[in-house]
Amino acid sequence: MKRLKNLLISNAFNNAYSSIFSILIGLLFGFVVLLFSNPSQAVDGFVIILKGGFSTGAKGMGQVLYFATPLILTGLSVGFAFKTGLFNIGAAGQFIMGAFAAVYIGAKWTFLPAPWHWIAALVGAALIGGLWALIPGLLKAYLNVHEVISTIMMNYIGMYMANHLVKLYVFDSKKNLSMNVEPSAVLPKGGMDYVFYNHLGSAKDLSTVNCGIWIAIVIAILMYIVLNKTTFGYELKACGLNPDASKYAGINEKRNIVLSMVIAGMLAGLGGGLLYLSGANGRRIKVVDVLAAEGFNGIPVALLGLSNPIGIIFSAIFISYITQGGNYLQTLDFVPEVIDIIIACIIYFSAFALIFRSILPRIIKFSKERKTKQNAADSRATADAQYQAQEDTARAADNGLDNVTETTDSTQAESAEEGDQ
Amino acid sequence: MDILFLVFQQTMFFSIPLLIVALGGVFTERSGVTNIALDGMMIMGAFTSIFFINMMQGSMKGQPLLIIAILIAVATGMIFSLLHAYAAINLKADQIISGTALNMFAPAFAIFIARMIQTNGVQQINFNNTFRISSVPILGDIPILGGLFFKNTYITTYLGFIILILSVIVLYKTKFGLRLRACGEHPHSADSVGISVYKMRYAGVMISGGLAGLGGLVFVIPTSTNFNATVSGYGFLALAVMIFGQWKPLRVLFAALFFGLMKTIASAYSVIPLLATSSIPSDVYKMIPFIATLIVLAFSSKSSQAPKAVGVPYDKGSR
Repeated sequence: MKRLKNLLISNAFNNAYSSIFSILIGLLFGFVVLLFSNPSQAVDGFVIILKGGFSTGAKGMGQVLYFATPLILTGLSVGFAFKTGLFNIGAAGQFIMGAFAAVYIGAKWTFLPAPWHWIAALVGAALIGGLWALIPGLLKAYLNVHEVISTIMMNYIGMYMANHLVKLYVFDSKKNLSMNVEPSAVLPKGGMDYVFYNHLGSAKDLSTVNCGIWIAIVIAILMYIVLNKTTFGYELKACGLNPDASKYAGINEKRNIVLSMVIAGMLAGLGGGLLYLSGANGRRIKVVDVLAAEGFNGIPVALLGLSNPIGIIFSAIFISYITQGGNYLQTLDFVPEVIDIIIACIIYFSAFALIFRSILPRIIKFSKERKTKQNAADSRATADAQYQAQEDTARAADNGLDNVTETTDSTQAESAEEGDQ
Repeated sequence: MDILFLVFQQTMFFSIPLLIVALGGVFTERSGVTNIALDGMMIMGAFTSIFFINMMQGSMKGQPLLIIAILIAVATGMIFSLLHAYAAINLKADQIISGTALNMFAPAFAIFIARMIQTNGVQQINFNNTFRISSVPILGDIPILGGLFFKNTYITTYLGFIILILSVIVLYKTKFGLRLRACGEHPHSADSVGISVYKMRYAGVMISGGLAGLGGLVFVIPTSTNFNATVSGYGFLALAVMIFGQWKPLRVLFAALFFGLMKTIASAYSVIPLLATSSIPSDVYKMIPFIATLIVLAFSSKSSQAPKAVGVPYDKGSR
């Protein structure tokens, strides 16, 4: 029981249930929205949302993981920057530039053999993403340009740049998309083809998911280790918590700002690479003047995961899961945007959850305190009773007060001890 | 000369919404609350007011309809901003989180409602543009100036300048403005002399919501004939313009005009003789406003004058 209580007030658990709490409120709100827009089908619609990716069996679940992959990485990108006190809104630009680099290497560097080709494409994606974040990092560290505004600018520059480069080098003009990458640059399935498929007659209807999800999870764990178990991560976090104090402690704060932006950018760029290197059924870069949604969705993913790399894995999968559910909602004449409303609501309440998070342990502690106080009061009452009784006996025995005071002292000390416990 | 007029008028179409929304940003940040939900508030304001125009354009048109739409946009923005104010001020929540939530909510809500209510089930809301003033009587006939300011214009342009003047007066010449700024710089001192920091911050956020809502409408009207649940990231650009303008209304005006001019060059380069003949691809032109802003920022940000307490929830008990 005591262990359970300690678990309940422990940080990690507390964080998790504040997120779960806001998820429940968000879902409830979504249900109310469905109820208002179409009462007769609201329950069915809600069930579809809850079933999420499961609606289309194993393949659907695979798709959930496929779309969760870039979200994990952009979520990590935003979350990593958050931990170091920076707000990286620029994941969209870093993501799409990384995606272009991956597609370019994937389509053009045909001299590379199979495993090296996709590895090179991913490395290229990460490097270009990092480069795209290097500029705001340098501007922030040395010229004091607010990173929010410079990353917003870099988003648009990246979007137009990627469009231009796609049109110039890897354009499929018939479909207004980027070209398919070479087979040697397609990410291997990594065992996913044994699990996530539907039967289509005798053939397998494979999901697009590939080893990218493994890579994403490994990177998330790596980020967790870097942030929590290394001096470098400690320095980065210290800069985020108090730049002046960390400067005083001898941490090179300018270098850390640049480095953490570059790492954030590399993560987002890698996310772009992982999404677009998925072969014939996967995504291709659209040449439109719209910022990459995966970049912006990294923000809610990071917030819901409380910027914890492990939490981000789960929050990305969750958001991908209900987004897939939203797509199936259209079968019931519902608009899939209801999912965005639900996610927005979850994020809004997760802002409150930070408060619940500090209140809930206080409530648990408070009830515990009240209990011990109760115990203390009880023991005090018994002590008083004993005192009374002993006084009576003492008086009756006419044996002097020394003995009585001694016993009352000891009982009081006992009750105080109980109170402390 | 015609091209000069065209460039000038186009610049106004891009600059005025930025100006209005960035001024809203100035009010909220000066009161000590970051509002990255300006984009969402623009979308909400544009959505309700354009929807109103769509419903009423059968029976009304021209300036009266636009004026009512403006009032609706302002009211919507204000009401929507209450969500942010409540989270940021009363609950002391992280202002970035609640702002992000509202930014996600607004376009989803606009698409959802539009598709649910409109009989054809599409998310675009169409409207007839009956609001353009081809030439203001008398003033439009003034040589040059008439062409620059009083032809092919909208009352929203003048409204933008009126709001600018009012902002300067309110922020620097009134008791309210002084108190608002105090709450953004040092809320505890403000509190110690009897100013209600909560009320001031509510006022700041609601003004920003109202102006952002209006900015949404002002952005959509001259540049399009339908509203598609987006303001092309103008809320974020307005945030940039606000920082660019160092949280000061007059500098915000110049920042907005600079950005608007760059944007005009990017969208209208094909009719500008000198630029049309060069072989620079269109995507490069589109990048110019953003690159130019970055460069200007790099040279002007060394001494940032952000309000000191911006983004920090006010807690009476803390020191």
